[in-house]
Amino acid sequence: MLPMIFMMPIIQLLILGNAATFEMKNIRMEILDQDLSPASRELSSRFMNSPFFEVSNTAENLNDCEQALDKGAADCYLVLPEGFERDLVNMQGTEIQLVLNAINASSASLINAYCNAIAADYVKSISGGTGQKISQIESTYSYWFNPEMNYPSFMVPGILVLLVTLIGLFLSSMNIVREKEIGTIEQINITPVKKYQFIAGKLIPFWIIAQVELAIGLLIAWLLYRIPIEGSLLLLFGFTAIYLVAVLSLGLLVSTINKTQQQAMFVSWFFMMLFIILSGLFTPVDSMPAWAQSINLVNPIKYFIEFIRMVLLKGSGFEATKHLFIIMSSFAAVLLPLAMWMYKKTE
Amino acid sequence: MDRERIIIVKNLVKKFGDFTANDNLNFEVYKGEIFGFLGANGAGKTTAMKILCGLSKPTSGEVDIAGFDIYRDTDKIRHIIGYMSQRFSLYEDLTVYENIRFFAGIYGIRGKEFRAKAEKLIAKLNMEDVAKTLVASIPLGWKQKLAFSIAMFHEPPIVFLDEPTSGVDPRTRRQFWEMIYQAAESGVTVFITTHYMDEAEYCDRVSIMDQGRIAALDTPKMLKENAGAKNMNDVFLKLVRPQKAEL
Repeated sequence: MLPMIFMMPIIQLLILGNAATFEMKNIRMEILDQDLSPASRELSSRFMNSPFFEVSNTAENLNDCEQALDKGAADCYLVLPEGFERDLVNMQGTEIQLVLNAINASSASLINAYCNAIAADYVKSISGGTGQKISQIESTYSYWFNPEMNYPSFMVPGILVLLVTLIGLFLSSMNIVREKEIGTIEQINITPVKKYQFIAGKLIPFWIIAQVELAIGLLIAWLLYRIPIEGSLLLLFGFTAIYLVAVLSLGLLVSTINKTQQQAMFVSWFFMMLFIILSGLFTPVDSMPAWAQSINLVNPIKYFIEFIRMVLLKGSGFEATKHLFIIMSSFAAVLLPLAMWMYKKTE
Repeated sequence: MDRERIIIVKNLVKKFGDFTANDNLNFEVYKGEIFGFLGANGAGKTTAMKILCGLSKPTSGEVDIAGFDIYRDTDKIRHIIGYMSQRFSLYEDLTVYENIRFFAGIYGIRGKEFRAKAEKLIAKLNMEDVAKTLVASIPLGWKQKLAFSIAMFHEPPIVFLDEPTSGVDPRTRRQFWEMIYQAAESGVTVFITTHYMDEAEYCDRVSIMDQGRIAALDTPKMLKENAGAKNMNDVFLKLVRPQKAEL
């Protein structure tokens, strides 16, 4: 069991760190060039030269394009209509059409954004080239805290949170209920052991294991994914200490309430799924509807992900994260006594 | 006979929903005796024992253990009782020695005192060779003896044994009973449930339970005389069968 506890998170980190990315490469695009002018060829070549697109020019008409999308041979197609160059030169404004497979909505909007960027870039270059002034607002940007827009830097800290939570929630929620199933709990309940001693005995080993796990995970993340560690590690482990008390207490609470490991597993999964998806790991919390955000008020994973990103990427100190400490301490202060209280030595 | 009473049970009732597991039990156990609870499976033996141990709350009635009330003094009672449950309940993933140390630790037996006692116990059980073996891999009979010894490690004046010998071979059962006798001789009160009729003969007094009630309570000798039976088996069949037939 112990080797498993340590091997599984490492493997998960190796797999997920690379796999869980929003960056899209190899977008298969079909371009239907109906204009066949220098201008349309120039725009096409910009897509071809982009590292994100794999362009094919085999389609002869709209029908071919639609079929390619239907069969899944292309992720999107772009139509450059007849008169594209003429309209562009006459400054009449022109339209190009992009059709996307939007089964995965987030990747579709990402492709759209890439295409817009390439098109905008093109327009800018030709207007500059002809010497004509086009009145436009230019936005310049710089990415703070993750200047290279490195996805592992964004994802890996969140994955670390999940690994620590997985260990904490599952091991603890299986633990007491397992003793109920094999019968050792009776032998414990018959003794004069105090409730707080019992819960402490259950909590401390997992607390240590999860902290060690975080340390190993951080080391891997730093060596392999070169994620920045801007803030204080002491602060991070301090926060984790409180976080683990909260999560382990929740696990032990689940374990005392349920009668079988199966039930406990089910309940832990329920919390785990809900907390992870709402946590902001995959989708920004700010874009969730208000009611979902209000559930998030009691989502410890969300606060930890917020915290770990702030400390690792931004280098936030205690002042900036004080509110998270207060929230997490309140979770622990409620859940720990609750777990103790719900554990009954006499049925 | 004016002996010291150590367990006093009055009008004990335990209900699980509509089902009455213990229907108005009244009995007393004397200090230093081996008191047997005999009954078919589901007769309510284990339920009653769990109440006496403080593992389960009675629905109503009074129970007094060595002068302590089971409602108010549960913690005090826990210090003076030992318990061995029906289901084997040592930690299989700890070694023999670790199990002893763990349970001894809960009762505050540590350091030198512990080491001396543990060594003596392991020698007595002839388990020197397996002291560092996981409990999961020692034979069932050994496990039972170990579980009993661990229940007795803190020297409780009362020990509760819930079908301690079920599933072990006759020879190990015999050895087990020798351990029980030794404990009783040193003044420990032994409260034991069983469904083996021959074991009932080893008890000082036996209470025969049937469907949540005490059908009879006396010494094995008197039980046999009163029922006009040759052995406990016949006593049991005579007392229990008529009631079952009414159903």
